[in-house]
Amino acid sequence: MTTITGRQPASPVELARDLAATGYLADEGLATAGYLAMRLGRPLFLEGEAGVGKTAFAQALAEVTGAHFVRLQCYEGLDVAQALYDWDFPRQILHLRAAEAAGQATGKRLDQETLEASLYDRRFLIARPLLQALEHTPCVLLVDEVDRADDEFEAFLLEVLADAAITIPELGRIAAPTPPLAVLTSNRTREVHDALKRRCLYHWVEHPDFEREVTILRARLPDVTDRLATQVATATGRMRGLDLIKPPGVAESIDWAAALSALGARSLDPEAAAATLGAVLKYREDVDRVRATGLAALLDAPLLDPRP
Amino acid sequence: MNSGAVSTEVTGALVGFARTLRHAGVAATPDRVQAMVTAVEALGPEAVYWAGRLTLCGQPDDLPIYDAAFAAYFGGGKPARDAWLPARPRLPRVFAPFTSGPPADAVEQEEPEQVVALSASTTEVLRHRDVAALSSGERDEVRRLIGLLAPATAPRRSRRHRPARRGEVDPRRTVRHTLTQAGEPARLRRRRRRTKPRRLVILLDVSGSMTPYADALLRFGHAAVRRRPAVCEVFTIGTRLTRVTRALRHRDPDAALRAAGSAIPDWHGGTRLADSLAAFLTRWGQRGTARGAVVVVCSDGWERGDPAALAAQLQRLSRLAYRLVWVNPHRGKPGYAPLAGGMAAALPYLDDFVAGHSIGALEELVVVISRA
Repeated sequence: MTTITGRQPASPVELARDLAATGYLADEGLATAGYLAMRLGRPLFLEGEAGVGKTAFAQALAEVTGAHFVRLQCYEGLDVAQALYDWDFPRQILHLRAAEAAGQATGKRLDQETLEASLYDRRFLIARPLLQALEHTPCVLLVDEVDRADDEFEAFLLEVLADAAITIPELGRIAAPTPPLAVLTSNRTREVHDALKRRCLYHWVEHPDFEREVTILRARLPDVTDRLATQVATATGRMRGLDLIKPPGVAESIDWAAALSALGARSLDPEAAAATLGAVLKYREDVDRVRATGLAALLDAPLLDPRP
Repeated sequence: MNSGAVSTEVTGALVGFARTLRHAGVAATPDRVQAMVTAVEALGPEAVYWAGRLTLCGQPDDLPIYDAAFAAYFGGGKPARDAWLPARPRLPRVFAPFTSGPPADAVEQEEPEQVVALSASTTEVLRHRDVAALSSGERDEVRRLIGLLAPATAPRRSRRHRPARRGEVDPRRTVRHTLTQAGEPARLRRRRRRTKPRRLVILLDVSGSMTPYADALLRFGHAAVRRRPAVCEVFTIGTRLTRVTRALRHRDPDAALRAAGSAIPDWHGGTRLADSLAAFLTRWGQRGTARGAVVVVCSDGWERGDPAALAAQLQRLSRLAYRLVWVNPHRGKPGYAPLAGGMAAALPYLDDFVAGHSIGALEELVVVISRA
């Protein structure tokens, strides 16, 4: 069973290579997970610290396979009208009034059935992310932060993912010719239902190791010097070991390197680091802690040694 | 691709591995096992590690168990049980012994008369008795009374709407109704915000000094989970953090406490409140479990570590939580003053400080929790 009709890599290694070409460096576990998700047609459930690249992975996957990318951001109170479809009521009324006016002008009575059929036409249907994912195949569907939606929505999502089809009462069944490749992410604010997890491949995304982080920085930010990338990766790696409230993820180290490079820094010195610390640390307590440890200590030390 | 049908022996080995994993505490259900076999077919036998890990595990806690079980099962040699089993007590002790009562055998003898003697008035007396100083018969009655409590938080406004007579105009329903009237805007439909109960998070100290109260408080936690299973979370703290919500979802309180008891590795151990709270905040609280929630910490505040560290964690917690309630059984004792280092450090961050040493005090706690 295959999900994606477009280009499909023949092995996890090949997928990792394709992903690397788009600028996303996946480790063995993530590449295997992505490959299996495509091969077995199962949704992929990704968990991990914020900023380790869960969302970016889904985007890269879409780019590699040449599929459409559809994102559904979950939040509390998300319902069918916002996730699946909605009727465009104002346009329907406009259509109705226009038909009425035309009927009056020509003196003909409106044929009720034709009018009704024209009112519930596909063009008055607004496709929200889930319906878009079923209509634009092949497609990578990212359901971001599924733990933020309510339990009821989970059950509904399960149904859509299992059938890759939905039924709209006025229009009938809409089925995807090839089921979308679904990537679900969660931040574990609450336990997602077992029934949903059971149908997915589960992967915990780790922070990248030192070499991988340097490679990611170089790939993402071509302007950053080698020396700066190495120093930023070293410093963020050390910060992760400091027991901070929010340890910096890859997203933060990319931001930091970009900020430094925007200021024209070619290497990381304590003054530049102090000025840009806000790009990498998002809590005052964390900033205090890092300052107390000493910025110089974070940066000094042999360059190629990733951990203290 | 190197795929192909997996031979019977390989399937047998995989199923055996899944069974091993199940014994170690990972919920490797049959459909997950089936998924693993398909994954091995797709990836080839050399990728058994990832095929199994991606299909059999369901949460981060499963991963270390999986790694250990994998090494034990496929790494050659017999799986050494003790090496990879999660740390759990040999014999789960569910009921915290009420040490200050008479010796166990004496209690057994006087039990029948006690049960018979309980009447409405004794219940009233019992309400204010310290649960640490009860006889066996009284304890059963107290357990029954705790089972009757229904701790529930006050509702808050959610993002969802419901149809209502008064309130803001609901465009979607108004237009839909207009359509049924051939486009005549006959009546405005209105809507109001739905309400939703706040999350309730109970953090129970199960260290040695809290032993006399652990059973009663855990039962209180069970009553809370039973009341609102979807919005209540119970954790135990001591030397480490354990989530017992799932265990407490059993209908029967005794079965629930047994399950919780076998999940808690640090019964009657030491206290490292600051570390356990930090673990809770990092792994659950900050991600959303404590946000806008009513958080109840049940502990005597005997902190081995630095009180300043505990204060820092409580400050973090109080910023996330809607209300922070501290339950200290010693508060019910005459002449008690919160002088213990940890307790004194905690006070500035608390919204409520209650006793919780007797049924009456627990009833008061129910009221405190339900405050809007």
